[in-house]
Amino acid sequence: MPSFSKNSHDFWTGIMFIAFGTGGILFGRDYAMQQDGGLGPGFLPSILAALLVLIGLAAFIRSFVVEGPPMGKFALKPVSIVLASILVFGFLMRSAGFAIALVVLVVMGALASTRFRWVPTLMLAAGCTAFCVAVFVYALGLPLPVFGSWFDF
Amino acid sequence: MELLSNLGLGFETVLTASNLLYCLVGVFLGTAIGVLPGLGPIATIAMLLPATFTLPPISALIMLSGIYYGSQYGGSTTAILVNLPGESSSVVTALDGYQMARKGEAGKALATAAIGSFVAGTIATFLIAIFAPPLTELALKFGPAEYFSLMVLGLVASVVLAHGSLLRALGMIVLGLLLGMVGTDVNSGIPRYTFGIPEFMDGIDFVVVAMGMFGIGEVIHNLENEESRSVMVRQVKGLMPTKEDLKQIAAPILRGSFLGSALGILPGGGAMLSSFVSYSLEKKVSKNGANFGKGAIEGVAGPESANNAGAQTSFIPMLTLGIPSNSVMALMIGALIIQGIQPGPAVMTEQPALFWGIIVSMWIGNLMLVILNLPLIGIWVRMIMVPYHFLYPMILVFCSIGVFTLNNNEFDVYLMALFGLFGYVCAKLEAEPAPLLLAFVLGPMIEEYLRRALLLSRSDPMVFVERPISATMLAVAIVALTVVLLPAARKKREEAFVE
Repeated sequence: MPSFSKNSHDFWTGIMFIAFGTGGILFGRDYAMQQDGGLGPGFLPSILAALLVLIGLAAFIRSFVVEGPPMGKFALKPVSIVLASILVFGFLMRSAGFAIALVVLVVMGALASTRFRWVPTLMLAAGCTAFCVAVFVYALGLPLPVFGSWFDF
Repeated sequence: MELLSNLGLGFETVLTASNLLYCLVGVFLGTAIGVLPGLGPIATIAMLLPATFTLPPISALIMLSGIYYGSQYGGSTTAILVNLPGESSSVVTALDGYQMARKGEAGKALATAAIGSFVAGTIATFLIAIFAPPLTELALKFGPAEYFSLMVLGLVASVVLAHGSLLRALGMIVLGLLLGMVGTDVNSGIPRYTFGIPEFMDGIDFVVVAMGMFGIGEVIHNLENEESRSVMVRQVKGLMPTKEDLKQIAAPILRGSFLGSALGILPGGGAMLSSFVSYSLEKKVSKNGANFGKGAIEGVAGPESANNAGAQTSFIPMLTLGIPSNSVMALMIGALIIQGIQPGPAVMTEQPALFWGIIVSMWIGNLMLVILNLPLIGIWVRMIMVPYHFLYPMILVFCSIGVFTLNNNEFDVYLMALFGLFGYVCAKLEAEPAPLLLAFVLGPMIEEYLRRALLLSRSDPMVFVERPISATMLAVAIVALTVVLLPAARKKREEAFVE
């Protein structure tokens, strides 16, 4: 958190809006503004992106003027573990299959908690997987591969 | 009587064994997940959406509205028992409800909430049945200019009603609109912001955004500081209110019902606005206004009725105009579209069974809530007591399965993780995600109507101010925005939210 800004919420939100807005303008610069006598595909995106930059600038400037409450720390551990567990789930879904992907998701995801313990987590993973396979695959009939391509012989 | 025959058609549609079952399952699941602290209606609906994919449209909608009311009632239960409101509309319930629970009157508070919700639901159902047909007539007169202005008004209203910084809420709206532009442009066929990724060609799925920001983002946010929850009451007793209680809550319930019904129709309105306004009204009207905040039963009765009535009447703009007035309705629209139904005035005339079926199912859902929830309160208490470190892995599971089944594609799962990160960042920055979701869903519609309006007027932008209905809506939007930006009103708004 930079100490020169008085309001870190506004400061970072401003930067985020400016970044998204600038990206919107840059990547949208080739879209036509006019088309067949009507609005082209570039019209609304460029206006919105420009507006977003302006709002971002306003928040950014305000962060040096108006004081705000301090911002809490960014919880790096839960963020990285939770996101990683979801990404791994997505990756394993087809290759290892639904059942294994679920077990991995529950166990890996549970690691993000400070109260993680192996035995109850494994029981939870087993129960949850059995329940989901029963409900989603058998009861609702969703086309999910219970065992993935790794098990194709 | 047309009203009766319409409602009759609705009952005919809903009163089949399977639809009643779906309604029951929806209410049950909605409550079960809604009572879990930190899970509001948006996350609950998004998580349970995949369960409805394989159902026929009417059953899916019946189940979803059951889920919606259930999750709302579940949120109130949690607010009363543990002072952990899962959503903004039960924040108000927690004020007096939790105090009642501390005094040992949890049963009374829960019963009041249930009775209030049911009465409000009944009144709102009738109001919808009466006003939906004329509104649909009106909607048929709406041109693209009116639709555009109405959506602008809805977005402005959601900024005004958002918590925290106005500027940041405004930015979230614009960002949401911009995210809605991702995908192939319908008019020109040009892919916008797709970065060559084929999955982006059809745009980003709103379920991915909703589950990422409200499901995953919320999980991470809750993991930040895990604290043990203490449930006030392990055994809820005294569920039946006495005659005196009933006398005391009758007037607040009726006031709340009508107030909520009126506020629910407004663009940007719905459950949250209704419960806030009802609370301050009851506080002013009540004889024991000083008791508010210390466990006043009126402080539970009024807002609980209002939020349920508002939740129901917010279906009106969606059913008649096809425009969501808040983020929950944005999800409902998405669900309809997945079912192949384009919401709008045509639904009522072309699919009357569906239309009236939904309306009647609202009432049935409310009835089931009363019958189901009070006897099952023991189960809900046990659900609340499930420690968070067992709960959240299951939330991850349901969200991940949910988005995967959207298109049977792992790309959506990865994208959800990204939106989870984004949701957490927004929570840290205190920039509210709800307006972003609404804007995201409205984005493509707004663009479409803007283009059509300008095409019809031969690119004359005056079309938006020359047509009276459109001009009025834009004027209201501008006035609302300027008023809240004025320093004096701003202070008042902050005070209102603190209250």
